[in-house]
Formats: sequence, structure tokens, C-alpha cells
Amino acid sequence: MGSEFVALGLTPILIAAFASMACALPGNFLVLRKQALIGDAISHVVLPGIVVAYLLTGKLSTWPMMIGAAGAAVTSVILIEMIKRLGQIEYGAAMGVVFTAMFAAGVLLLEQSDTSRVHLDVEHALFGNLETLIWLQSDGWASFLRFEDLAQLPPQFVRMFMVLLITSAFTYVFWRPLVLISFDEAYARTIGARATIIGFLLVVLATMAAVAAFDAVGSIIVIAMILCPPATARLLTNDIKTQVLLSLFLALSATLVGYITAGYLPLWLGFSNTLSAAGMIATVSGLLLAISAIYGRHRNRIT
Amino acid sequence: MMSGIALVSDKGVLLNAAADDRNAPFTIRGLTVSYGQVPAVYSIDFTAPAGSLIGILGPNGAGKSTLLKAAMGIVPVVSGQVSFFGKPLKEARYQVAYVPQRASVDWDFPATVYDVVLMGLYPILGLLRRVSKADKAKVAESLAKVGMQDFADRQIGQLSGGQQQRVFLARALTQRADVFLLDEPFSGVDAATETAIISVLKILQLEGKTVIAVHHDLSTVSTYFDHLFLLNRKAVAYGSVTKVFTKDNLVTAYGGKLGAAQLDAIGL
Repeated sequence: MGSEFVALGLTPILIAAFASMACALPGNFLVLRKQALIGDAISHVVLPGIVVAYLLTGKLSTWPMMIGAAGAAVTSVILIEMIKRLGQIEYGAAMGVVFTAMFAAGVLLLEQSDTSRVHLDVEHALFGNLETLIWLQSDGWASFLRFEDLAQLPPQFVRMFMVLLITSAFTYVFWRPLVLISFDEAYARTIGARATIIGFLLVVLATMAAVAAFDAVGSIIVIAMILCPPATARLLTNDIKTQVLLSLFLALSATLVGYITAGYLPLWLGFSNTLSAAGMIATVSGLLLAISAIYGRHRNRIT
Repeated sequence: MMSGIALVSDKGVLLNAAADDRNAPFTIRGLTVSYGQVPAVYSIDFTAPAGSLIGILGPNGAGKSTLLKAAMGIVPVVSGQVSFFGKPLKEARYQVAYVPQRASVDWDFPATVYDVVLMGLYPILGLLRRVSKADKAKVAESLAKVGMQDFADRQIGQLSGGQQQRVFLARALTQRADVFLLDEPFSGVDAATETAIISVLKILQLEGKTVIAVHHDLSTVSTYFDHLFLLNRKAVAYGSVTKVFTKDNLVTAYGGKLGAAQLDAIGL
């Protein structure tokens, strides 16, 4: 593992691993609260946010787009809550209404405004540009100790790392109310656990992780990681603390196995091209879920 | 609206006097709750004296659960006030314990009996305080009171319905509250659980606590409760069981849903 690996392989793997774990962490509570579809919802609603950001700034740069995407995501989360409460309907239905409407609004904005010059790349949105997030300035592991080299890390690296830190800190500090509102929200309200605020923060946090991850690794990993590692871990344990730790380990494993498989499997099989790393990481997380659904110790849901 | 209803308890306590509200453990004044356009309960006035064990009875859809949920701030209130010891819920939160319906949660949740009962200590544990030996002792004590001390490490999904109900009661006991509001604690439980729960409630009453439970079994009303609140969207009757548990009141509350055979069966 020499300098070539650090420059070309390490940063994409780490960025993907940070993204996977940052999504899996809130995913645990979203799955238990039956809100796991929020990953899909966010991936749809960010479109109008990105288009509006482009229309306002006139260029395709990262920060305005991320702010636009985050704004659209938070708007939709608020809309979902409002529709759920005012319409007295279940969360999934409210989510369906909001994310199709927001996606439609995004397409409409795109069609009606002069954005024909914008090349909205479907492939980028789905799979990100993981393989291009390289650290060319580095010359081996020693670069991690050199400030001027660290400053040249891909911006996605720092961003995803910060997001992972924030989601970890949030989960640690708000562990008790998160467990409470996931198990028994009505009771949580009666003992002062601030169910509404914690539930809202959880979704905002997942949104933040998702929006940061879209730019770095694409929506496929986001959707897969909010759902697959927590669901897999749930089938392997009956203890929520173990479940959360296991889900982080599974997210990390899927990333490593997926990235390496995408890069080397076709070569080993005699093909000359490689596979999409993001796509393969998502596939591996799905396979892990399938395996645990068949062999997991605690798959007692079907009654 | 409430005229002609017995509001004096058999201990001679006036139940509908505003002057008594100040120190009453649990008071409701003019409470109306609605889901959409349809009022679920309206104009409810209710005062629970200290040391009483009160059953709330009424037909399906009468608003019994809604009344408790509104009192606990779980569902929004259209109008009216709820107070505990003369204070709004926010200021008296730690004096009130709520036991939701067992079916309201997913018991497949990855937690043990111990984890769930420990939730009752959230008000003192807060976000990050470590669980002390004394806290663990409180959990063990609550579990022993409901006869579940041998199940602390059991995953909650592996319990019977009656055992799950006892875990919910233990969680409320851990709060060491003064007022207990229970939503259908006897619904779908085995006979042993029913006996265990009612004896815990009677002990709470002897300790001077105020216990209010939504109930649906007419045959046990007289043995379980000392006060009865008959509800069918609005208050039908409230007072001591001996005065309120009459054929006329039950027919008014239940309408045609109550057959003559059922009334005969309970000796009315």
C-alpha cells in the first residue's frame, strides 16, 4: 500500500465510508420509526433546490447548490410534517405527496427557465463522481502529517468527515430521547422528551448527511445506506446499541468490499473496464441485507 | 349541561366546585377535542380527588382514550384547561405518569424489559447522566411490584400481551408519580395479569395516589373502582360508583349498544 494508493484509492474509499456511515447512523432510527423512505424523498426534492440555486447564482458551483438542496430538503420535511398533522394521514402518504410534487416542480422549473445550457447529468446524480475524488498532491501516508498536503484534500473529504462527526455527536448526546421517540412517541411526549423537536432534528440530520453525500457519492449510496445497514443489523441483534454499532461496521464493510470489487473484479474476470464503485457499494449493502434476511438470528417479523 | 348529575362523592367531597380545583390532583375544565370537524369529546368537566381510583367507561368511540391523550398533551385541545395540583402539565410533568395502550407501540423494537422500564427515569436521567445503582434498584423494585422481576433481560417482543402490559405499568411506577392515567390497562390481558395490575392500582390508591383508568368491562367496575366517569363524547355521569353505576346511566351512556341481558348479567 504505497503512495499511489494514498493518492488514488484512499480518499475515494474514505469519502465513501464517511458518507455510508453518516447515512447509516440516523438510518437506524428512521428504519425503527418507519421513515426509511426519507432517503428516496430527499433525493427527489433536492432537484428544485439545485435548479433554484442555479437560477439565482447563474453558475454550477458546489456551495450554492448544496445550500439550495438543503433548503429544498428542509422545506419538504416541514411540508411533510404539516400535511401529516393537518391531514391526519400517515407519514408515508404525506411523504409521497411532497416528494412527487417537489420533483415535478423541479422538472417544471428546469423546462420553463433558460437552463438549456445546464447539463444535468443523470449518471452524476445517481452514482456521484467517487473515482475522481483523488488526492494527487499526496506522496504516501506521510502526507497526513503535512499541513500543505492536507489542505489539498478533496473538499468532499473534509465535508463528509465533518458530517460524520456531527451525526455521531448528535446520536451520542440525544441517544435516550432518540430511542424513546422511536419506541413510544406518545409516552416520550408525556415525560418531557421533546419528541417533536428530536424527531425533526433527526430528519434534518439525515437530510444534511444525504445532501452532502449526493455531491460526493451520488444518491444510490444515500438511499442504500439509510436503509440497508440498519435493517441488516436489526436482523442480527435484539439490542439497539449493538444494532447501531453493527450498522456502522456493516456500512464500512460494504464500502470496502464494494469499492475493491468494482475496481478489481472485472479485471480478474478478464474485462478491461471497471464497474461503478458507488453502484457496487450499494449492491454489496443490499446483498448483506438479503443474506441476513435469510440467515439472521432475529428475523422473527413474519407472524 | 351537567345538571342533574351526582357530583358529590360518597366521602362528601364536592367534586364540581371550582374552589377545590386549586389542590386537586387532576382537574379538567370545559375540555373539547376534535379530530377534523367532528368533536371527539366536548365540554368535559372533571375533578379527581386525591386517593381515588376512577374508572372511565363508555362505548367504543366515546372518546375515553382521547380524553387521556388530551390531558397528557399528546393530542391538541380545541378549548378548555387541564391542570394537575393546580398547575398546567408542563409544570407538573413529573407528578403525572401515563400508561398508553399496549397496541400503540411496535413490540418488535430492539429493547429489553429493563430498557423499557428504565425509560420511566428519563426525567431524572436526562440526556447523559449515567444510570446509578439507585436507578437500577428503582427499576428492579417496579418490576417486582408487577411480578416481572425474572424478565428484566428478556426482549420485549418475546413477552405475552399481559406481560407487556405489566412492563408498561412498571415503567409508569418507576416515575414515582402522584397521578396515574392508564389507557385500557386490562384490555386483552390474562387473568393473572389482570389481578396483578388491579392490586398494584389499589396499593397506589392506599398510598394516596390518584389513579384513573379507561375501562370496558362492566362486570368488574364495582370491585375495581370507587369512582366512575361515564362518557359518551360528553360527560354522562360522574361520582362514586354506588351512585353512578346505575341502569339508567348506563343506558344513557351506551344507548342501544347495551342489551338487557348484559345489564342482567351485572345485576342491574
